[in-house]
Amino acid sequence: MKKVTLLGAVLSLPLLALAGDPPARKPVPPADNAGITLPNGFAATVLSDGVGKARHAVVAPNGDVYVKLNQLADGKGIVRLRDANGDGKADATTAFGTFKGTGLAIANGYLYASSDTSVYRYPLKNGVVDETAQPETIVTGLTFQRAHAAKSIALDDAGKLYVNFGAPSNACQERDRVKGSPAQNPCPLLEDYGGIWQFDANRKNQRQSDGTRYATGIRNAVALEWNPVAKQLYALQHGRDMLATLFPELFNNEQSAELPAEEFLLVKKGADFGWPYCYYDQQRKQKVLAPEYGGDGKKTDRCASKEQPIMAFPGHWAPNDLLFYTGNQFPARYRNGAFICFHGSWNRAPLKQGGYFVAFVPFGKDGKPSGPYEPFAEGFAGGPEIMNPGDAVARPVGLAQGPDGSLYITDSVKGKVWKVRYGK
Amino acid sequence: MKFLFFSMLSGCGWFWLSLVAMPIRNPQSQIRNPIDSGKVVYDTYCLACHQADGRGVPGQNPPLAKTDWVLGDKTRLIGVVLNGLNDPVEIGGETYDNPMPAHDFLTDQQVADVLTYVRSHFGNQAPPVKPEEVKSVRGKK
Repeated sequence: MKKVTLLGAVLSLPLLALAGDPPARKPVPPADNAGITLPNGFAATVLSDGVGKARHAVVAPNGDVYVKLNQLADGKGIVRLRDANGDGKADATTAFGTFKGTGLAIANGYLYASSDTSVYRYPLKNGVVDETAQPETIVTGLTFQRAHAAKSIALDDAGKLYVNFGAPSNACQERDRVKGSPAQNPCPLLEDYGGIWQFDANRKNQRQSDGTRYATGIRNAVALEWNPVAKQLYALQHGRDMLATLFPELFNNEQSAELPAEEFLLVKKGADFGWPYCYYDQQRKQKVLAPEYGGDGKKTDRCASKEQPIMAFPGHWAPNDLLFYTGNQFPARYRNGAFICFHGSWNRAPLKQGGYFVAFVPFGKDGKPSGPYEPFAEGFAGGPEIMNPGDAVARPVGLAQGPDGSLYITDSVKGKVWKVRYGK
Repeated sequence: MKFLFFSMLSGCGWFWLSLVAMPIRNPQSQIRNPIDSGKVVYDTYCLACHQADGRGVPGQNPPLAKTDWVLGDKTRLIGVVLNGLNDPVEIGGETYDNPMPAHDFLTDQQVADVLTYVRSHFGNQAPPVKPEEVKSVRGKK
């Protein structure tokens, strides 16, 4: 039976190709939703099959989609995708900017883009990015760091720029990730890392010392976003790794895969979220003392006074982007809610990996989640179980909202870009 | 071959000594076998980053499968385990950024066993590493 069906499918393929559909003017999603699954009523098209090692994305007022690359492609680090005929597929692709990195945002008439050591901006003219302009350097001279180097960015509506300074460390041991190496107490890395720094969004050539430490105790926040409705900064932290590898007498592989939580943070000025001294245990629903600092998986100690997350996710899912939906295209319940891109884990091994999907979190008027998180876009990895991240066909890494309310999702493996729409 | 087997047997004392210091969640083997004990070391200290299949994590932790870093110069390989690695590694066009922590807390026998295991698994076929070779590299530090 299977053979017959297969044969039929093979035979009908050339016929379909010969029939030649007239050029589409409206987005016509492929029947399989371009390889991902979405809630009823939503459909996806592939804007691009691959732009390179994609990170964050943003859409200009004219609908052009910009994607930041973490590895230069033909010497360029920002790709522009334009869908002039509106069929949901990019029909013109250009690239500019000679630096690789993660962050991308549009605010006060500029496209802001970050490398791992700087933040630049390009002017917009009539809603179109002037790609030929020499970019202005807004933040410069940041220390090149190996681990957690992504300088994700967010801009508020009062001329401030927020930059993630991930800690170049797992848990601030004297020798990073070395079993038995003692913790540094206090952790000197917190002076320059492990937090969010605030800068003037319009002042050129600022050094880190020209900014102020807006919040601390955040190990690494690749997902960083200003919520224009709540008028607050939000972030998601990548929790610490290797509880079982470093403390096998306290944690087994199952505990080490689930703990600690990936934390969704409402980042108020002056907040301290506790890294490296504390981590959030989503089962105990509290911050507990890290084993490097004398913790046993239960003790809370100094962690009782640390800022709590507004939501917790299972360990190591790697939240890499956050977007507050302000469009009108999606049903009303999505408005002002949060989309979160989980790039997918590696530190859950030897257990199967987790993440590799886009979640939705409904928000209330108080600027906090009004219900549990739910899967929104799934199936990126291409299989039900991923043991090694290298087996994932795609890994969602960036989110952007178009002027028509469509949601764009980027992938870090090949740089595929999906456009998700609701309705016809 | 026979000689090799006996020389490994002679490392027995070291192995039992190291067992005392090494937390093992699943002590299975009663008979000294460098591959079995190498797997215990691998699963305990290496697997989290280099993964169960030795293929690492794209962009972050380099693969151990079929790379010159593992199959080539033993001195360099032993040095990476003992001293860690702070520079990015490029393998097959992919750059791996995560630093490798030093594992000098492992005994010579444990380093030899885990490298012997890694060099004969994940599709690798390379001669074993002896504790004396580890000792020699450790001494040069």
